[in-house]
Amino acid sequence: MSNETILIDDYVVNVNDLNKSFGSNHVLRGIDLHVQRGEVVCIIGPSGSGKSTLLRCINMLEQPTSGSVVVLGRELTHIDCDIDEARTKIGMVFQQFNLFPHMTALENIAVAQRKVLGRSKAEAEMKGLQLLARVGLTEKADAYPGQLSGGQQQRVAIARALAMDPDVMLFDEATSALDPELVGDVLNVMKTLAEDGMTMLVVTHEMGFASNVATRVVFMDGGVIVEQGPPSQVINAPQEDRTKSFLSRVLNH
Amino acid sequence: MAISKRKRAMYTRYAIYALSILAIVVMTLLVDWTRLGNAMFKWEIVKKQFPDILTSAAKNTVVFTILGFAGGLSFGLLFALMRLSSIRPYRWLAATYIEIFRGIPLLVTLLALGFGIPIATGWSWPNPYLQGAIPLSLVASAYMAETIRAGIEAVPKGQMEAARSLGMSYPRAMITIIIPQALRIIVPPLTNEFVLLIKDTSLISVLGVTAATKDLARFGRDGVNSSANATPLIVAGLVYLAMTLPLTQLVAYMERRAKAAGK
Repeated sequence: MSNETILIDDYVVNVNDLNKSFGSNHVLRGIDLHVQRGEVVCIIGPSGSGKSTLLRCINMLEQPTSGSVVVLGRELTHIDCDIDEARTKIGMVFQQFNLFPHMTALENIAVAQRKVLGRSKAEAEMKGLQLLARVGLTEKADAYPGQLSGGQQQRVAIARALAMDPDVMLFDEATSALDPELVGDVLNVMKTLAEDGMTMLVVTHEMGFASNVATRVVFMDGGVIVEQGPPSQVINAPQEDRTKSFLSRVLNH
Repeated sequence: MAISKRKRAMYTRYAIYALSILAIVVMTLLVDWTRLGNAMFKWEIVKKQFPDILTSAAKNTVVFTILGFAGGLSFGLLFALMRLSSIRPYRWLAATYIEIFRGIPLLVTLLALGFGIPIATGWSWPNPYLQGAIPLSLVASAYMAETIRAGIEAVPKGQMEAARSLGMSYPRAMITIIIPQALRIIVPPLTNEFVLLIKDTSLISVLGVTAATKDLARFGRDGVNSSANATPLIVAGLVYLAMTLPLTQLVAYMERRAKAAGK
């Protein structure tokens, strides 16, 4: 046990031979993915390739069918693992934001700090205001999600995830539901986060972001990782035919 | 010469108005108003209903309703959560309960629990209010469980996922995130259930209640018996309306507002 812990200590996320089926639909077919501290891994690929399912397996929103997921040295797929506790260290940002509509922006950021981490109201709100400043929304602290634009909601959602002091952040198509002119603000927040050294797994269709910010690009198709490497390699000089054909479809128009 | 569609619709509407007015006039002329007034709305008898009809009968109806509603809401929430549980026996148990109590008339449940259990076991109800309110709340909880379940299911799935991804346990996420949102959705239908309960309390009068625990319907019925006049029932009906109309208007208002907010 202790040997293994030391071996994987540098790695924030270890996914080993992960399989996930929905009924007869075999969505993930033996995924191995190892992410070190500080890496920004962008996962690209056609829709239905299993990118989002992989991300959702990493914090166990989807129960893997087989294989193991180890995050921060803890095997989440093990029966004895306290998933709730482990999830506080894994931030997640959703395509549809999923802010709590009955709470203000600040309350959205404070609620889990208080109910899960047991922080005081003052402490949680102070942290919340700092994070709102970080995503450029100090003046929206008392606004309800319904009063915010999509881009603003997503930035609040990022602040909400960061409030738990996670060691890794998962972004599930965080900009796909946004109007084009609002995408930039959210990507900038994500870029700053990456520059500050956050370990990130980003499922995205934004090839510009993947090229400029990712330390590694993973191309998935048909439930397997087809190709991975630095963006200069995967995006600019792909080796596999499936990667080439996908990139030609998303880049050339 | 053919008339246009819109003209024909206009004439039809005028004809219906005219017929309606005619019907009302004919009825007004045919009815013996003095006799009807004496039998159904005799002023001296109306006056005799007060203040007891408010201080005792209406109060009892309100007490039965509130007890039934509070019990129905608590058990309804419990059964709704059981129906949504991932544990199968919970779902079966809740589904069975709901189907049984929605399928049996309230009157039968009242008689079975109010009379049947004491006869069968020798145990007697410690309190006449509970004797009526507990069967009422058991039936109400079956209906409310379905309303609450629908409300919880109407909260988008992403809300639970977001809450769980922040490390909240399932019960914590339910209490802090899902149920507050579900409650907003179900306030109008729950208010409707409340109105139905106000009226359903009238069935409690079949249990032999004491003078102190008579509800509005029983009060009206006993008034009819003692005065040989229908007036007490009419007055009781008006008191029911005084309670239910504001609530149904409130529901209509809430639904209009929800519709406007949804746009």
